[in-house]
Amino acid sequence: MNFADSASAMKNLLGSEGDSQRTLYPYVTGTSVVAIKYKDGILIAADMGGSYGSTLRYKTVERLKPVGKHSVIGASGEISDFQEIMRYLDELILYDNMWDDGNSLGPKEVHNYLTRVMYNRRNKFNPLWNSLVLGGVKNGQKYLGTVSMIGVQYEDSHVATGFGNHLARPILRDEWHENLTYEEGVKLLEKCMRVLLYRDRSAVNKLQIAKITEEGFTISQPYSLKTFWDFAAFKNPTVGAEGSW
Amino acid sequence: MTKVAESMPPKGGFSFDLCKRNEMLAQKGLKQPGFLKTGTTIVGLVFKDGVILGADTRATEGPIVADKNCEKIHYMAPNIYCCGAGTAADTEAVTDMVSSQLKLHRFHTGRESRVVTALSLLKSHLFSYQGHVSAALVLGGVDVTGPHLHTIYPHGSTDTLPFATMGSGSLAAMAIFESQYREGMTRDEGVKLVAEAICSGIFNDLGSGSNVDVCVITKGKQEYLRNYMSPNPRTYVSAKGYTFSKKTEVLLTKITPLKELVEVIEGGDAMEE
Repeated sequence: MNFADSASAMKNLLGSEGDSQRTLYPYVTGTSVVAIKYKDGILIAADMGGSYGSTLRYKTVERLKPVGKHSVIGASGEISDFQEIMRYLDELILYDNMWDDGNSLGPKEVHNYLTRVMYNRRNKFNPLWNSLVLGGVKNGQKYLGTVSMIGVQYEDSHVATGFGNHLARPILRDEWHENLTYEEGVKLLEKCMRVLLYRDRSAVNKLQIAKITEEGFTISQPYSLKTFWDFAAFKNPTVGAEGSW
Repeated sequence: MTKVAESMPPKGGFSFDLCKRNEMLAQKGLKQPGFLKTGTTIVGLVFKDGVILGADTRATEGPIVADKNCEKIHYMAPNIYCCGAGTAADTEAVTDMVSSQLKLHRFHTGRESRVVTALSLLKSHLFSYQGHVSAALVLGGVDVTGPHLHTIYPHGSTDTLPFATMGSGSLAAMAIFESQYREGMTRDEGVKLVAEAICSGIFNDLGSGSNVDVCVITKGKQEYLRNYMSPNPRTYVSAKGYTFSKKTEVLLTKITPLKELVEVIEGGDAMEE
């Protein structure tokens, strides 16, 4: 009897039966985002895939977007929630511009705003199903932070979302150092994205890299990485043992 | 499903009755235990002259480190070694069992064991237990047909690979392999890459830690390098042991015995007086 009571109480707590307005599971998702600080600013990389469950449905999804004058946001997770977040941010930047006071929201401020939005949605049991990366430069100060769908936020010299945490962070912990040049930074990011392409099933070989410096931002045109599949064991795995697998 | 079918005698082979029970319980809402990748990083790679295996040395019991320096690279044959991840008892037992089967086979045939023999014995044992023997293995060795490296999963499937990683730290180690592996590496390059991959698992995965074990197998020779690297030494060790510097001056030394020593001599006849 106790179980039935607590079950119905829980249902009331979470909204009525016909309430299908809360995000329960993600549908169209983007995979990892990887970002690093380098000498002149921030570099963020993300591929352009939008998966619908286990199908790679959309292959030209822009997951890196500029925010105001000083920052770029990268998102993984539910794409529709990312589009909603962009609407919130557009409104935020618009109101900031309307003040016309010569000041503009920097990456630290935008990151804080996103953290509050994500955490408050999580408290209402209606999260925005995203892991976000926010990077930017303002007044010479480089800033790189991340927020998850439950509102966990932190700031670091290199961040990643999703699978990037398991596959890219170990490489970055070993090989990142202060004062990477632009070329070294891009090479390092491409190394991480290549490993993700090999080992993450929802990755696609079409990526963009965004660069933010004091001067402004550029988001590259989409391009693909070179891959290597010519290992002898891949070509002939059963040499010496015919009939096995 | 008629009553007649259920009353037939069991025919042998795997009995799926408990599987039916588990399905029924799952429908009623019982949460099935998931497949646990217990804390470990094990790797293997094929280089120019043979195979190199590597492993960390931490054995965990939930959140606690049960053994700081255990051995995860198991002996199968003089030319074949096997790293094991998963339940420690399962990996020990299954590698021991196949190791003795291989020895008997060597006596029977009079020849050096082949890696595919060990592979077939392991995979058929694991498959017949339908994944309940939780052993994920990286099997490597050099025999007459050349160097071989295989991974074996708890359900009994196998892969033949130029480089492989297993365990909870497998993604961290695989990131290193995927970015730096080349074919035809020399022994020193291979050992360096294996040690780097295990270190990546040790420092980036909470389930792996302590030291790096490496095993190099080439034609006719194997080197078991136990604790090849110890990147986690005790931080503060006093070389002198526990001594305290004598700073205070001794003014007076007085020794007070706590109790007077009374000697009791037995003997004497009660009836004497």
